[in-house]
Amino acid sequence: MCSYITEKAPIFGSAKGRSGWMRVDTAVVYYDHPVHVPLDHALNIDFVDSRSKERVAVELSAASARELVRRIQAALDSGEAIHLGSGEEDPLHLMRAM
Amino acid sequence: MTYRNIICDVVPFTAHNGEMGEAYYARPAGPGPFPCVVLIHHIPGWNEFCIEAARKLAHHGFATICNNLYFRMGDGDPDDIGARARADGGVSDEQMLGDVAGAIAFLRAQSNSNGKVGVIGFCSGGRQTYLSACRLPNVNAAVDCWGGRVMADPAALNAKQPVAPIDYSKDLNCPMLGLFGNDDKEPSPEQVNKTEAILKDLGKTYEFHRYDGAGHAFFDWSRPSYRPEQAVDGWKKVIEFFNKNLA
Repeated sequence: MCSYITEKAPIFGSAKGRSGWMRVDTAVVYYDHPVHVPLDHALNIDFVDSRSKERVAVELSAASARELVRRIQAALDSGEAIHLGSGEEDPLHLMRAM
Repeated sequence: MTYRNIICDVVPFTAHNGEMGEAYYARPAGPGPFPCVVLIHHIPGWNEFCIEAARKLAHHGFATICNNLYFRMGDGDPDDIGARARADGGVSDEQMLGDVAGAIAFLRAQSNSNGKVGVIGFCSGGRQTYLSACRLPNVNAAVDCWGGRVMADPAALNAKQPVAPIDYSKDLNCPMLGLFGNDDKEPSPEQVNKTEAILKDLGKTYEFHRYDGAGHAFFDWSRPSYRPEQAVDGWKKVIEFFNKNLA
């Protein structure tokens, strides 16, 4: 189906798009028709720079997206176990506190 | 009748609130008079599928305009602009209706027009076609191809789409053709049945056709949902319906 149902997340990060690296401040996530991957429905993520409107787009099968969620969580858990306490503050937390 | 020679270009037209919009305009070569069609593109945007469908209608003798509902969102690849529109919650029904009204006026003002204008849309464009046929006073025929959310859960309504199209059914003032896949979930066969029951109770003129072995978007050759046999038959019904009601 075509719907406008989206999840939006504020993020702090960078992505590499057509014109090189750029800062991205919003992730738009939706499960609907993809443009490229040969599926009727896919989990689509747009990493967006809201100033330039440029985006980096990813289209994943549902199972792929769920696997990615697990792997992101695992990478965060193991990485933070090693690096937590280094004193680095997440800019997203600072932005939220402002 | 089909036309080997067609003319296609992008034209300006007066859209909602007098803004200058852009539209793909495909029509048979020659003076006409030709019946006219507004093709409402789907959520993914003003993309190749919709442009190609406009050319197909022109090949079959209809002066067809596919206006870009997202022209206010800047330039770029249709998929990028479509993503931008989606993130923004899409276009409002009022704005869409203003744009479609402008596209209808553009077609009627052309010297090749026979004065009759139909509207067709796919998926979200099917929903918008249903709305256009109910809320615009001068639509002569409407084709709803698997329009989702014609019947909408109240929780799905919002400021941009405040009323479910089904609630305007009493105002439908032209014949309607509906094409649906029985494997579709939005609209589901149950929703299609309910819509048909409402149109029947209201005494409206409609034809609904349901296809086994097809789900959503079965015309779209770029997706796994494409069903060639059902699509060929569906297109035949679209052409016959417009020929009958726009002649």
